[in-house]
Amino acid sequence: MATPIERGSQYEEQHVHAVYEEIASHFSSTRYKPWPLVESFLTSLPAGAVGLDLGCGNGKYLTVNRDVFIVGSDRSPNLVRFAVRHEPHAAVVADVLDLPHPRRRFDFAISVAVVHHLSTPERRIEAIRAILDVLTLASGGAEGGRALIYVWALEQKGSRRGWDEGHEQDIMVPWITKGPKSSGQEEKTYQRYYHLYRKGELEEDVVKAGGKVLSSGYERDNWWAIATPEGLETVI
Amino acid sequence: MKLLTLNFLTCARKACKPLPTSFPLHPADATLATTETAFSPAFLRNILPRLDWPALKGLCDELGLPGVGDEAPGPEALFEDGELPESDEDIVGEIEAGKRPTKLAHDLHQLLVETVMLEGKLVCASCGHEYAVKEGIANFLLPSHLV
Ligand SMILES: [Zn+2]
Repeated sequence: MATPIERGSQYEEQHVHAVYEEIASHFSSTRYKPWPLVESFLTSLPAGAVGLDLGCGNGKYLTVNRDVFIVGSDRSPNLVRFAVRHEPHAAVVADVLDLPHPRRRFDFAISVAVVHHLSTPERRIEAIRAILDVLTLASGGAEGGRALIYVWALEQKGSRRGWDEGHEQDIMVPWITKGPKSSGQEEKTYQRYYHLYRKGELEEDVVKAGGKVLSSGYERDNWWAIATPEGLETVI
Repeated sequence: MKLLTLNFLTCARKACKPLPTSFPLHPADATLATTETAFSPAFLRNILPRLDWPALKGLCDELGLPGVGDEAPGPEALFEDGELPESDEDIVGEIEAGKRPTKLAHDLHQLLVETVMLEGKLVCASCGHEYAVKEGIANFLLPSHLV
């Protein structure tokens, strides 16, 4: 690369957060179909489970299961305005690295298409640590809380974007907004930063963040992992 | 934001997280409203054991809402005959058979689900930081010098 890029929170403010805030309405109108694996994770939860949807966007996963209670959060206030409409759940504006939730209180968390927007390896691992931090620890016979984490894959040669092994992993991806033809509204292109995960990298990051991978795999151009925090509840 | 949500929120600052005073947050200048929401005894029964009861009681006191008792009620307190139906279908069946959710169940529904905070602030007792609530949405983004 010709000029070194200083990545971090300022960079993400410009190349991730500001973009989502701008495109919120158009983005939301294209995001309504839950991914099958996330849907089955949520429907498999016991009634009464309490969890978090970190990076909930417009709240499309808040429609899946009404027998659990989910507090969604997203960095974009414009997206949270959509997310708060889904009863019986809730949504707040928050950053995944500064979560406003008690530690070790939640049975589950999902984080879909969020961690890949953090622009350094340290910040991605810190995000996963923050996700694991809110989950309950295993105690007695009870299992610890579980997080489903989803990130975009480098290996997606079948997709229209065609990236594959060996390609640059830190990339800018365009989002094109256009109004209806009749509106005469001009097309506008926004660039969002992504880190494309290579095979095995998500599992490595989970372990570095102090977690244990319970299962993992590939679905529709994404890598996913279900993780739980290492360690046992100490009873005092 | 329904009041139930407050039972699962703390200060977002890393320095505050380990401190017990960072939970719960304390409402200030709060404008409350009531939104009519479908009554679900099953949801209440499920959520009840997950509540931090002292935090809920403290919230009621601070907001000047009719108090809840000192002790968290058990799920059996939600139904007139004290017996807890197993499933949602059973609950519907029992209601159709004339058995009624208790006044407590209705009160809790009103308090946790229907009472919402529209405007105001949520204050951390540990660091004093105030998080704004606007149009029912709480914002926990921190200014850069607090991150
Ligand atoms: Zn604080």
